[in-house]
Amino acid sequence: MTGQTITFIFGAVIILTGGIGVVASKNPVHSALFLVQTLMGVALLFVVQEAHFLAAVQIIVYAGAIVILFLFVIMLLGVDQSEEWQLKESIAGQQPLAAIIGASLLSLGVVIVAIATDTITGQVQVSGERALDNQFTDIERIGRVLFSDYAMSFEITAGLLTIAVIAAVVLTRTIGHDELLPDLEPGPMALPDTSPYGGNDSDYAEAADVSGPEVSGESQGGD
Amino acid sequence: MEVSTDWYLILSAVLFSIGATGLLIRRNPLVMFMCVELMLNAVNISFVALGTELNDVSGQIAVFFVLVVAAVEVVVGLALVVAINRRRRGATADDISVLRG
Repeated sequence: MTGQTITFIFGAVIILTGGIGVVASKNPVHSALFLVQTLMGVALLFVVQEAHFLAAVQIIVYAGAIVILFLFVIMLLGVDQSEEWQLKESIAGQQPLAAIIGASLLSLGVVIVAIATDTITGQVQVSGERALDNQFTDIERIGRVLFSDYAMSFEITAGLLTIAVIAAVVLTRTIGHDELLPDLEPGPMALPDTSPYGGNDSDYAEAADVSGPEVSGESQGGD
Repeated sequence: MEVSTDWYLILSAVLFSIGATGLLIRRNPLVMFMCVELMLNAVNISFVALGTELNDVSGQIAVFFVLVVAAVEVVVGLALVVAINRRRRGATADDISVLRG
């Protein structure tokens, strides 16, 4: 076994255990941390294949920005309660059907690889700037091709990012309290009533208002 | 025993299936987005593996664009999750209908 084989197996185990952890964890925070594990494994495989720039970008953008954004939203919304697996299914038999579809996708992918791997790989060899074995370094090669052959795609990417920023602002802009929906009912996954005042924030605020004047009333009476 | 491109492609297929299954069985929208990230990473693995096989840097360029699209998707998706949770605490994917105009 060469070092590359050992590294591949190590990375594959990291990736697959992380992926299963993302799907199987009941707590979304655990899912996010398992996602970091998977992303680190993918970065390891990028290093094995000498895509050093992508490995760095993978860690910086994915583990450093995207997963932190996930965790930020989880903490902000307080939705880190455990998900009940046996919820009322809105579609009958959804989970068995999902397992069947997943197994079908897996077998389809493996069969396609097994059939097509002799015909699709190793046929086309490019040369020049796009070849991986030219004299440039990894990041220089990517930069040269990205800003020549793929310049138009790069510009479109800029437009996509602008649209995303505008969409995020529009979607999460502050709404007035009068715009809140009147029929707010707790969903099937609503937080349990752990608060002594009985649950959601408006109840808490009302109860605090009730208890507040009593104390202040006494003090005012003293005055 | 040498690592061939097939190994990477099969690993990619397995990871993609895990992500797809999770996307279908989980109901927390945040975890569903994480499963989409798993699927995107599976595709990234196969892009880089095939790029290495074909001695072509285009596979790595494609991964670069996938990274950008993944970031955009997460930004918009999490904005949607925040918008849903403003209106209904602990929302699942079934509650997206509260956003209808």
